[in-house]
Amino acid sequence: MAENGFETQIRTIGLNLSYGTTHVLKDITFDIGRKTVTAFIGPSGCGKSSYLRCLNRMNDFIPSASVSGIIEIDGENILSPATDVIALRRRVGMVFQKPNPFPMSIYENVAYGPRLNGVKSRSELDDIVESSLRGAALWDEVKSKLGRPGTGLSGGQQQRLCIARAIATQPDVLLMDEPTSALDPMSTARVEELIRDLKVDYTVVIVTHNMQQAARISDYTAFFLLGDLVEYDRTARMFTSPSDKRTEDYISGRFG
Amino acid sequence: MNRTLMRKSTNSFMTLIFWTCGLFLAAVLVFVIAYLFKQGWSVLSIEFLTEPPSEGMTAGGILTPLVGTVELVFVSMLIALPVGVATGLYFAEYSNDGILTRLLRVSIRLLAGVPSVIFGLFGLSLFVVLMNFGSCLLSAGLTLGCLSLPLIVTASEQAFLAVPQDYRDASFALGATKWQTIVKVVFPSAASTIITGAILSIGRVAGETAPIMFTGAAYFAPDLAKSVFSQVMALPYHIYVLATASTDIEAVRPIQYGAILVLIAIVLGTSAVGVVIRARLASKSGR
Amino acid sequence: MKKKKSRSVDAGFGGAGDRAALRIVSSVSAVGILLMLFILGFLVVNGLPVLKEASVGGILLGLDWYPTEEPPALGMLPLIAGTLSATLLSSVISLPVAFGLAVFTAEIAPKYMRNALKVMLELLGFLPSIVLGFLGMMVIAPWMQEALGVASGLNLLNASMLLGFLVVPVVASLSEEALCAVPQELRDASYALGATRWETVIKVVVPHAMRGMLSASLLGVMRALGETMVVLMAAGGAAIIPRSLTDPIRPLTSTIAAEMGETAVGSVHYHALFFAGLVLLVITLLINLISMYVEKRGQRT
Repeated sequence: MAENGFETQIRTIGLNLSYGTTHVLKDITFDIGRKTVTAFIGPSGCGKSSYLRCLNRMNDFIPSASVSGIIEIDGENILSPATDVIALRRRVGMVFQKPNPFPMSIYENVAYGPRLNGVKSRSELDDIVESSLRGAALWDEVKSKLGRPGTGLSGGQQQRLCIARAIATQPDVLLMDEPTSALDPMSTARVEELIRDLKVDYTVVIVTHNMQQAARISDYTAFFLLGDLVEYDRTARMFTSPSDKRTEDYISGRFG
Repeated sequence: MNRTLMRKSTNSFMTLIFWTCGLFLAAVLVFVIAYLFKQGWSVLSIEFLTEPPSEGMTAGGILTPLVGTVELVFVSMLIALPVGVATGLYFAEYSNDGILTRLLRVSIRLLAGVPSVIFGLFGLSLFVVLMNFGSCLLSAGLTLGCLSLPLIVTASEQAFLAVPQDYRDASFALGATKWQTIVKVVFPSAASTIITGAILSIGRVAGETAPIMFTGAAYFAPDLAKSVFSQVMALPYHIYVLATASTDIEAVRPIQYGAILVLIAIVLGTSAVGVVIRARLASKSGR
Repeated sequence: MKKKKSRSVDAGFGGAGDRAALRIVSSVSAVGILLMLFILGFLVVNGLPVLKEASVGGILLGLDWYPTEEPPALGMLPLIAGTLSATLLSSVISLPVAFGLAVFTAEIAPKYMRNALKVMLELLGFLPSIVLGFLGMMVIAPWMQEALGVASGLNLLNASMLLGFLVVPVVASLSEEALCAVPQELRDASYALGATRWETVIKVVVPHAMRGMLSASLLGVMRALGETMVVLMAAGGAAIIPRSLTDPIRPLTSTIAAEMGETAVGSVHYHALFFAGLVLLVITLLINLISMYVEKRGQRT
């Protein structure tokens, strides 16, 4: 499935995930490329978000979850029990569906991650906060009110704040779980624009239920159906001439 | 037709009964407060609050018992808050279905039902006798602390549970450990609710008499407590003493009612503050 | 989205820092368990020595309580009877009122009144018992003497009425919560069938909330059982088994409170009072356990 001119960063081999007796991900094997935007599409409940949560071991919080297989990020198997999960989550950032800024000031929200990493000097934090907010296309709107609570921003701004917060730890990979589904069309457009810019510095994996969004912003697309990875290809190719009939049916809206 | 009529009149009758219940409550409250005010109003003044009792407690003010009550509350919170908040934290963030959790839940629930005089017996045998602190502020304060533990635990647990899961998720996703998440995100969010719970507990503790009767409350102390090992006067106990052992009934009467009014003001005042803050917090987050 | 509280599958998650934190928090929390055990333990250790002077049967069923005499008479039956009669009478008086208030607040009162009522109930619950005891002694007793022509106004009836004031807020607020928890669909279904409000309340709402109300009642009973100051000041203090409503009584709580101040540590009287405390604690714990059981059963339905 991988192509020439494509550098693998995340290699998934034989990944299986179950919540209790429900088999959610079945034998997933594919590669995600460095500094690409990869979109996961598929009907609800087919395992897209669950896979995302494997990438930063957030599934550890679900007692009934059991995982087997290998996920290598930059050559290191992150599913091994020896993995330092805390360090992993600083390299793999996540943005959630519903914007969830902390009830702190905008500055403190963004500085949260770097502070955890031990950054103490005020000037260094100032630089990180500014560059993260710029990276999230939010700096101009909030630079004069960094002390205001993050929860006081509009929905779209809150989500961009969450993006800034996630990139403040300078991750290699940015996971986004339906980041625009709770936003209005204007904010959605701004965030999509942002994602196109983000891929210069980060590998972006985005789960979306909106196929048009996948078509607009992603380089590669993976189609999940009932826990199986049905098709994974360059976005342009998948949407114009999909190889699998199921993909074709989903894209043309025959089910969804 | 007859049956319907009967049903309707039963309904009206019962509605009347219920309205009576409701108004009865309001009326009783109003009457009691009014009566207390009428009896004790003459005595209330700044001097009343700042002068100690004198002349065998038939004159003067209530400074010593008032200060004593504040000191008792302070000591009790010193022990109850750390233990109570930690326990509430345990229930909210760390508990599972293991043996520690179940035993702890049962214990806290049982403690909540233990009569206050039993806490007095406990305090007597442990702090006064066994640990040899004697009858003093420390013993009485610690006893009150034990008494208020279940209240603080319940309030803290609710406060921590009320913090939205979203915040924790975001913190974990940024690579924070569980403890870092608790300290930096959960606790600050829950702090105001915990304080509200503490305020409500303070209201309850300030009015308790039985646990301090033989662990540290003094019938009369000429000065304010010099150390935690001195006996203290306390407002509720002072009221009891005035009622049962006073030498001059007529002179003492307004002082009794004045002291009661001050105690009610403290207890209902702090409780009302707590209730109001709690309502404000609820409407603010109102998710 | 998962709504449950955050749990770590692996308790050592996050490494040493988290493990240490868990250990510290659990250890501090364990104080709660220790406290309950210690309370029981201290009462047992300090109360059982009394059995050297008298048998269990003699204590629990004996009719004479003269612990300061030589030899001491340690019959606690009047004390136990005092506790039970006060609890029973106050429950009989206050439970109907509390339920009435709960039904009124939850079902009948207009919206603007509902909040005011709930606040009043809560504040009434904060009223210190010493104030009620005081009123019983200073106000109700003389009135009772005049109005009912009894020898002393300090008696079972007086104390029970005041205990009622302590029980009502507890039972009423918890019962109101139980009633509010009944789904509106049930009420709608009843009204749609042409029932009056009274019928809906008594046939549909209350039965559904019955478990919660029962549990609330038990908590109210526990409150009356364990109350000290009210009975100390308003119940009269005579260690007899009450034969009429206006007889004075001396429940376990006021006995302990009244006599402990003058008792030498380690004396027979001292141990006897601790034994009385043990009896009281055991009764309270039993009722508490029953109420926990009732709640648990309710959760399964």
